[in-house]
Amino acid sequence: MALKKWFPIFVLPTLAAFTIVFAVPFILGLGLSFTEFTTVLDAKWVAFENYIRAFSNRDFLNALWFTVKFAVVSVITINVISFALASLLTKGLKGTNLFRTVFFMPNLIGGIVLGYIWQLIINGILQNIGVTITYDAKYGFWGLVFMMNWQLIGYMMIIYIAGIQNIPTDLQDASKVDGASRLQTLRHVTVPLVMPSVTICLFLTITNSFKLFDQNLALTAGAPSKQTAMLALDIYNTFYGKIGWEGVGQAKAVIFFIIVAAISFAQLIFTRKKEVEQ
Amino acid sequence: MNSVTAKNIIKTLLYLLLIGIGLAFLAPIIIVLYNSFKGKFYISDDPFALPNAGTFSGIENYISGIEKTGFPAAFGWSLFITVFSVIAIVLFTSMTAWYIVRVKNGFTKALYYIFVFSMIVPFQMVMFTMTKTVADLGLDTPWGLIIVYLGFGAGLAVFMFCGFVKSVPVEIEEAAMIDGCNPFQTFFHVVFPIMKPTAITVAILDAMWIWNDYLLPYLLIGSEYKTIPIAVQYLRGGYGSVDMGAMMAMLVLSIIPIVVFYLSCQKYIIKGIVAGAVKG
Repeated sequence: MALKKWFPIFVLPTLAAFTIVFAVPFILGLGLSFTEFTTVLDAKWVAFENYIRAFSNRDFLNALWFTVKFAVVSVITINVISFALASLLTKGLKGTNLFRTVFFMPNLIGGIVLGYIWQLIINGILQNIGVTITYDAKYGFWGLVFMMNWQLIGYMMIIYIAGIQNIPTDLQDASKVDGASRLQTLRHVTVPLVMPSVTICLFLTITNSFKLFDQNLALTAGAPSKQTAMLALDIYNTFYGKIGWEGVGQAKAVIFFIIVAAISFAQLIFTRKKEVEQ
Repeated sequence: MNSVTAKNIIKTLLYLLLIGIGLAFLAPIIIVLYNSFKGKFYISDDPFALPNAGTFSGIENYISGIEKTGFPAAFGWSLFITVFSVIAIVLFTSMTAWYIVRVKNGFTKALYYIFVFSMIVPFQMVMFTMTKTVADLGLDTPWGLIIVYLGFGAGLAVFMFCGFVKSVPVEIEEAAMIDGCNPFQTFFHVVFPIMKPTAITVAILDAMWIWNDYLLPYLLIGSEYKTIPIAVQYLRGGYGSVDMGAMMAMLVLSIIPIVVFYLSCQKYIIKGIVAGAVKG
């Protein structure tokens, strides 16, 4: 085909934009994480010093631990609740579309707006015991968990509903005819067939939890004293809040990237094994 | 008690449960809505109390919020950036994806994997260096932002379009070529119309992302131009206390366009987001 020589029209615009905003900054970022710099051009090679400083930085370790705890709790609560709602809404009740519409809506609201909505609600509740959300890190933690649940449950529920509706009913009938109990049908027919949706939902909730920034900034901004700052916010604060820490910020960003990439791969490999080809 | 009434009771209980959960989902938005009509000093006192004769302040919060944030301009910039970025992404990445799938060689294969790779890289990894590069090239303007979004949106969009093009039989395109169409005409007369469902999915996913994006536009154009999320965050300001009245009003104004958009193309949005999740 004569298509090949049309490269400048078909590929170049996308590739140029991609190179400017992603490819070059990515490589630069990787390289700069081994240097000390303030403006990119004045970089001085320091080998692994930034990484050592990152791992001995209390704020970073705290953010890492806070993020992991947050991700574990959110992933479990969001997936359990959204799966339960999905099975409720696929029982053939009338009017379920209305509920679907309502449950999904919070997902479309942006992180900054979400953060301030929940700041009002949580401060209103905490007022009964005379404190605000920034009084103690545990309030910020559970505030973030509640907000994340509110935002993502409807989204995950929709994916689970699609997964449940894809199960051919004749398979379930067949297992009944063969004398399988309800539990056995669930265990050997429903669960393996819903596995692809579980893969997707776990993957989405875990990466969304790890990359959370806007909601974190709006809800607590890390208060009290950076205790509720998650990884993305801590990296941002390191770059723009501390002069002379740009290299450390970049090293933290590389570590963050490696964690997120590792989760993506691990999750994919781990759950793909359990999937069943239909 | 016979089994029919038992079934009905269970059904009623299920409905009550769903209605309860539904109300819990709507409550935060409703609470923000009625607080936006209370005087700014009465909001934090008791956020759950409805406005009454003493606390009701009419549209005062909306007026002060719009004055403080320049909301109409922010709405305009958000709309401008979202619409043109989405058009750019859909147009250019669909062309790129078609080229990648139809011109099979080592180069296009490598390109494909690099685009896919970019999807798993968190923004913070390139945040600082990208901000510098873009500013050095003078692209830190609302127009430049369209190019920036094309670059960041390329990964997912190329991936999704490639997945679709693979399922399109090449014979249709060959027929068009034989009839004298050049690749450009073939793409726009034959290929792009077939791609429409994927184009809608990509457009919706990217529209939601760009409309709600805060950090990227804040870093690149935030000192001169505000989008809606920047305007909302701006109310928080430095260390001073937040004007809760203005904040509530701006939250309501930010949610309205999203709700309108959602209710008017709900079918496409849910379908598109599920398709995006399944493929992403």
